[in-house]
Amino acid sequence: MRYDVFIAGYGGQGVLLAGNLISYAAILEGKNVSFFPAYGVEKRGGAAMCTIVFADGDTGSPIVGNPSVAICLNQLSFDKYSSKVKAGGVCIVNLSLVNTDGFSDSDVFLIPIPMNQIAQDLGDIRMVNMVACGAYASISGSLGIDTLGEALKKAIPEKNHALIPANIRALEAGAEAANARRKA
Amino acid sequence: MSVNETGKVFIKGNEAVAMAALEAGCKCYFGYPITPQSDIPEYLSRELVKRGGVFIQAESEIGAINMLLGASATGVRAMTSSSGPGISLKQEGISYMAGAELPGVIVDIMRAGPGLGGIDASQADYFQATRGGGHGGYRIIVLAPASVQEMYDLTMLAFDLSDQYRIPALVLADSAIGQMKESIVLNARKQISLPDKSWAVRGRAGDDQQNVVKSLYLGDGEMEAFHWKMHARYQTLSDYECRWEEVMTTDAKLIVTAFGSTSRIAKTAITMAREEGLKVGLMRPISLFPFPKKAYAQLSDHCKYFLDIELSTGQMIDDVRLSVARDAEVFFYGRPPGAGSLPTPEELLEQIKKFYQTVISHQGD
Amino acid sequence: MKTVFKRPDSLKNVQTHFCPGCHHGSVHRLVAEALDEHKIRSETIGVASVGCSVFLYGYFDVDVIESPHGRAPAVATGAKRARPDRIVFTYQGDGDLAAIGMSEIIHAANRGEDFTVIFVNNTTYGMTGGQMAPTTLPGQKTSTSPYGRDVKNDGAPFKMAELLAQLEGVAFTARVAVNNPKNVLQAKKMISTAFRYQVEKKGFSFIEVLASCPTNWGMQPLAANQRVSDEMIPYFPLGIYRNTANL
Repeated sequence: MRYDVFIAGYGGQGVLLAGNLISYAAILEGKNVSFFPAYGVEKRGGAAMCTIVFADGDTGSPIVGNPSVAICLNQLSFDKYSSKVKAGGVCIVNLSLVNTDGFSDSDVFLIPIPMNQIAQDLGDIRMVNMVACGAYASISGSLGIDTLGEALKKAIPEKNHALIPANIRALEAGAEAANARRKA
Repeated sequence: MSVNETGKVFIKGNEAVAMAALEAGCKCYFGYPITPQSDIPEYLSRELVKRGGVFIQAESEIGAINMLLGASATGVRAMTSSSGPGISLKQEGISYMAGAELPGVIVDIMRAGPGLGGIDASQADYFQATRGGGHGGYRIIVLAPASVQEMYDLTMLAFDLSDQYRIPALVLADSAIGQMKESIVLNARKQISLPDKSWAVRGRAGDDQQNVVKSLYLGDGEMEAFHWKMHARYQTLSDYECRWEEVMTTDAKLIVTAFGSTSRIAKTAITMAREEGLKVGLMRPISLFPFPKKAYAQLSDHCKYFLDIELSTGQMIDDVRLSVARDAEVFFYGRPPGAGSLPTPEELLEQIKKFYQTVISHQGD
Repeated sequence: MKTVFKRPDSLKNVQTHFCPGCHHGSVHRLVAEALDEHKIRSETIGVASVGCSVFLYGYFDVDVIESPHGRAPAVATGAKRARPDRIVFTYQGDGDLAAIGMSEIIHAANRGEDFTVIFVNNTTYGMTGGQMAPTTLPGQKTSTSPYGRDVKNDGAPFKMAELLAQLEGVAFTARVAVNNPKNVLQAKKMISTAFRYQVEKKGFSFIEVLASCPTNWGMQPLAANQRVSDEMIPYFPLGIYRNTANL
């Protein structure tokens, strides 16, 4: 199998960390991984995005024009990229910051999740990226939530490892929210 | 960076270059900061020094290449890295190294140009790399990685080939390959036998012979003899050191050809084309000098249509056209550097379909 | 029988290509004597520059690397860092060191690179035919300053021994001349000191030698020697400008 996921938001939402986490989890599951970050001239702020491709064999192009899954963490990225999702694909949206009114692509499954809210309820809004990763793993079935939790050890610096349990709760909360949406 | 249970590491292309240099036994690095390659000096400033090597952030790219010249002249493995504007400055030193038959590895993470240009991925320094780049008429070895794994493997190969042939070797990548991260295997350095560096300048102690590393040839016929000697060496490179990858070319009616990051995207595009029943293949040169001319010639025995794709208005296409049979046609699709210059596989598929139609209309199904 | 004069072992037994009255030959000899004196010939790497001094390997019996114009201090940096147990020296003219190579010399000195620089200042580009150099004296006529060097247009001559003395990485800088026996004896002492400092790993050492270029100055050798005393030394005073042993 070959999986691809595109993540976009604004700087500070942890887009690149989310991408790294998914990458490390995929490696733990024995996949080959390509992680393509978009980088701008400016170091802070502005748009942040990345594409992760993982597969049992060749990852192929690190750039994907029409991703199977897109995670849009803010309005700008939703407006810009939701239409790029390929037919039959999934667009996971941070409902806390995105108004999806007017989205009419019936070939794309929209999974709106109030990620900021969930993260805040867990005690730290910065974990919005973890909620997103949990939702992605659950919706795509590409990675185990346990693996994501395990991968945290690689993706975040050792000095922050005390935060791993909280991050695991955020991953799980994201997965539950996505499950609930899917059943709804 | 940590090694995974699977034996793989997850690192940036630029870091892979730096790690390969360590594994290859590179003793000295000399460089100057420039985006998008600064991860290389940053990594080596930590790790090379830990291993007792030499790291100098030089006063300029000119300083850096000449430090490489000096270190390499004493027989150690040494390298530098840069991007467009810095590589232009290094051309003086590269020419002197070529003239003095000095090995040495130069890594070029291409960015947009000319001038200050920008930091987007570009392949517009193909000519500069493969035609020598400096004055006097010479070639250097040019290797073009298309993945982080190849950033690692080809950097090590660059050290070996450079030592073996006493020709500077350039690893030519772009900001896309330099900045992306992939899971790779850190292959151990191959134990191959290389000629000993009896020419190296180490002081006369030991051999009691005066060694001189120079590129001034004033004696009667000396300069001409040098040129013919190097010409023969370049020919040997062409005969033995061409590297390339072919994908689904056997029955192809149209062969896409591209190097580096573009080839990687093209590979996915041809897979998509195959799923739609189009007989399309890929020819990816890995060594840009020596250019795999014979491989192209052989492909054009049975496939008469090629589509060259580059992040420029067309440079490698000259070599492709010189290599394929005279009755073969080479189409072109170019994406000169600029914001969003990297094409998506879907966009390349569209181009492939368009040119495939032309092939069918010329040739029949 | 006592030998009172012999060729230093570090010099080859060949005739030089230098013009009659040129001081390069004397400077070569003094450097060779220093290499002999410190018994470092077999571990020495010379770094040649571009100009009349490019044929270093033809006269010195040591290993030599030839550099691009002005880059000898960068080349020497690479060589010395790669082989810190070797003795490395550059031999550069004024155009090479103080014009096209100003960046390389300043930074190598500032890093305190542990090698020795022999800087031959003859106020002109010798090899290319007597053009204006960064050390050409005010009012001096050359093939590219036919009306004399105009300081308003060309800037004033660089005083390299003084300039480099400002840098913390520098262990020793001195200016010497070789136009008469007294000056030669003093120059021999300074050059020997510079190499001794390197042997003792004290850091960057720099010797500026005021030299004549009779051919491009359009003078007889004796008149050229006299010019060094009359015109050059007043502008470029001899002496030690930095000596870390005295700091």
